[in-house]
Amino acid sequence: MVKLTIDGKQFEAAEGTMVLDVARTHNIYIPTLCDHESVTPYGACRLCMVEITTKSGRKNLVTSCLYPVEEGLAVQTNTEKVSAYRKMLIQLLMARCPDSDVVKDLGKKLGVESTPFPLEDHHKCILCALCTRACAEVVGVSAISFVNRGVEREMGIPFFDNKDACIACGSCAYICPTGAITIEDKNDTRFIHQPWDDMKFKMAKCKVCGRYWAPVKQIEYMAQKSGQPLEFFDKCPDCR
Amino acid sequence: MKKLSSLMELEELRKSIIKNRDPKKTIVSVCGGTGCTALGSGEVIKALREELKKRGLEDKIDVKVSGCRGFCQHGALVTIEPQGIFYQRVRAKDVAELVETTLLNGKTVDHLLYRDPVLTGQFIHEHEVPFYAKQKRLVLANSSQIDPKVIDDYIFFGGYSALAKALSTMKPEGIIEEIKASGLRGRGGGGFATGRKWESTRKAKGDLKYVICNCDEGDPGAFMDRSLMEGNPHSILEGMIIGAFAIGAQEGYIYVRHEYPLAVENATLALKQAEEYGLLGDNILGSGFNFHVKVSRGGGAFVCGESTALMASLEGKVGEPRAKYVHTSDSGLWGKPSNLNNVETWANVPIIINNGAKWFSAIGTAGSKGTKIFSLVGKVRNTGLVEVPMGISLKEIIYDIGGGIQGNRKFKAVQTGGPSGGCIPESMLNLPVDFDELTRVGSMMGSGAMIVMDEKNCMVDIAKYFVNFLQSESCGKCLPCREGVKRMHEILTRITEGNGKMEDIDLLEQIGTTLNATALCGLGQTAPNPVLSTIRYFRDEYVAHIRDKKCPAKVCKALITYNISEKCPNCGLCIKACPQGAITPVEKKKPVVLDQAKCIKCGSCLDVCKLQMVEVK
Repeated sequence: MVKLTIDGKQFEAAEGTMVLDVARTHNIYIPTLCDHESVTPYGACRLCMVEITTKSGRKNLVTSCLYPVEEGLAVQTNTEKVSAYRKMLIQLLMARCPDSDVVKDLGKKLGVESTPFPLEDHHKCILCALCTRACAEVVGVSAISFVNRGVEREMGIPFFDNKDACIACGSCAYICPTGAITIEDKNDTRFIHQPWDDMKFKMAKCKVCGRYWAPVKQIEYMAQKSGQPLEFFDKCPDCR
Repeated sequence: MKKLSSLMELEELRKSIIKNRDPKKTIVSVCGGTGCTALGSGEVIKALREELKKRGLEDKIDVKVSGCRGFCQHGALVTIEPQGIFYQRVRAKDVAELVETTLLNGKTVDHLLYRDPVLTGQFIHEHEVPFYAKQKRLVLANSSQIDPKVIDDYIFFGGYSALAKALSTMKPEGIIEEIKASGLRGRGGGGFATGRKWESTRKAKGDLKYVICNCDEGDPGAFMDRSLMEGNPHSILEGMIIGAFAIGAQEGYIYVRHEYPLAVENATLALKQAEEYGLLGDNILGSGFNFHVKVSRGGGAFVCGESTALMASLEGKVGEPRAKYVHTSDSGLWGKPSNLNNVETWANVPIIINNGAKWFSAIGTAGSKGTKIFSLVGKVRNTGLVEVPMGISLKEIIYDIGGGIQGNRKFKAVQTGGPSGGCIPESMLNLPVDFDELTRVGSMMGSGAMIVMDEKNCMVDIAKYFVNFLQSESCGKCLPCREGVKRMHEILTRITEGNGKMEDIDLLEQIGTTLNATALCGLGQTAPNPVLSTIRYFRDEYVAHIRDKKCPAKVCKALITYNISEKCPNCGLCIKACPQGAITPVEKKKPVVLDQAKCIKCGSCLDVCKLQMVEVK
């Protein structure tokens, strides 16, 4: 265990824990959009920047989602400097995704009502990479990833056309912080509304209750992963 | 090729190479660097071989293809050894005369000798030419005499003697101490202390460790690493082997961008030759030390020059940087301790081992030791590759070595450090070339691109150019770089188009400082430097664009107009040259009329007018 202070308060944390996780555990607010406990930290949104002073007196500005705790570390989560940078960052996001209420609300929380930049329309996608990380690390299929580079970066399936690897599980929609990806089940069809297009998948019917309970491709994937015969998934979990 | 199994055998090989070479034999050495190749050195070599064959001299005179010698603007460069006669701007058509006059009759071909635009007198030898006179060539010392494709050439000039010394008389810790004492700092951009980096990697836990050579040079106007890798790959390899021995690494990579085909070719060949001699591979020179190196080609993304992005690319992943709170010396390539250095840094290692830290650290300033190679480009008379001692002033580089500004125009700024560097104004020309001094004034040493600008460069336009480059090279992973650079470009575009607002300057500074502080990698953090430094030193130009709607350098098209003087005698040249048909004659011998609505401001009329009747306002 190592001892550190956050905003003047003493805490203990296991070695290797990230500063952001310690703050969260103790209910200290640090804004973030690209961090989630289910996936490895990434450091894309930069909103979780904090000021640190190390034991040896070195001062630095670091992303708390990626900075491991160390003995004697003093963290300040909301200095004047940090606050000014966060304001600029959220203004950049507000111009990128003017329709996103999540971004707007966070802006208000950070003291920003408007952005000085011309508004764009990138739907609600802030390129935080939560969906791509969940798809790769949690689901294990990497059906979506980033395409193009820099200002042209977008999230998508290969060539925006090939959804073969997608099992329609909807993890991307569950983890998306801004609602840029949504999921909708209508009778025998699952729609995953992506920023670039809608993807449609066939749902499987429970042999007992008749409910459409999971996408066919997801059932195939679960059977393959678990080693259970496909027939096992003929019934929904409630009817098994 | 016989595998060398001991240090003694290396020395015996060296002796036999020296013995078999007649020091009096004439060698015509032609530069085969990229610049000279573009200027026809390939044809010169072909013509030379044919001419010598025709005259039955092929056994008496050797033709050698050397690496880049730096004076690229004056290529193709040829030296005649052992006399050391230096010819420049040689073309295939000059070869017959060169052979007849110099090789057969021992006289110089005067029109091929260097002539200085200011100084009078003859410049027969390379070291007399002002471009070379103030340089201190350590890393590039033998570049005109070594054929990069011939390992024996490198061994002839003492190559691999530093490796022999390190393996036989030094302990790994001792080598690290020597590098630390030398004060060598990374030549790739950051300027981190090389010895300390090595020490961290040596001390890191793990059985498998890597050393990596970064040859992913991508700055506009930079070609130092390319020339070195093309011209003397063995010096880099020797440095890497010594480094690997000191660090305890078993495997190494040379990461070269795919757009440098000659560098890839020469590096690959160097590895093969070194392996055949037993200087690389298992049990190097019988010492029991094993080290293997591979060449890996990069796809050409600027961001892959950043160490963590480079490692991701080596792993076969998308070249995107990651946070370095856990250093690559602890967890780098494939999660193993990895030590990455730039081409030039590696090439300095054998020099330090051979001459000692004390000797090396006597060159340079308190905080920056040794020499630095710059690619001197832009509006300077002599463009090319220069190696200078640290501490030399910018003025000496630009005026004494570079020969001043083209066309005797007025100097305006020099940008050091590539797209992430800053623009330094005339008032700071006495600034010494030093890692810390350059950072202090808002620029950086960077990898060594030095772009000289004159009064005809608009600084807002320059800032826009670099930001545009960075916009297309940003990887897009982190928000401030991806969105911030885009917004800076948007604002700079509107300023150059005459639609800027005074608040835009503050906004640019706010975005810039945010990027400096919050971007994920070094490239993002330094991306606003061209903007911030031009605002700092050339604020008046920004104000002129925004408030007065004028471009003082007359570059920004939206803010200038072309006008015909009242004295124009209607010669008709501009009428023919105008691609828009915007210029029409009205009356004989009376000024032509330019229709501003049709004018696209291409400048064709200005270029063709011999009487200077076209004015830009």
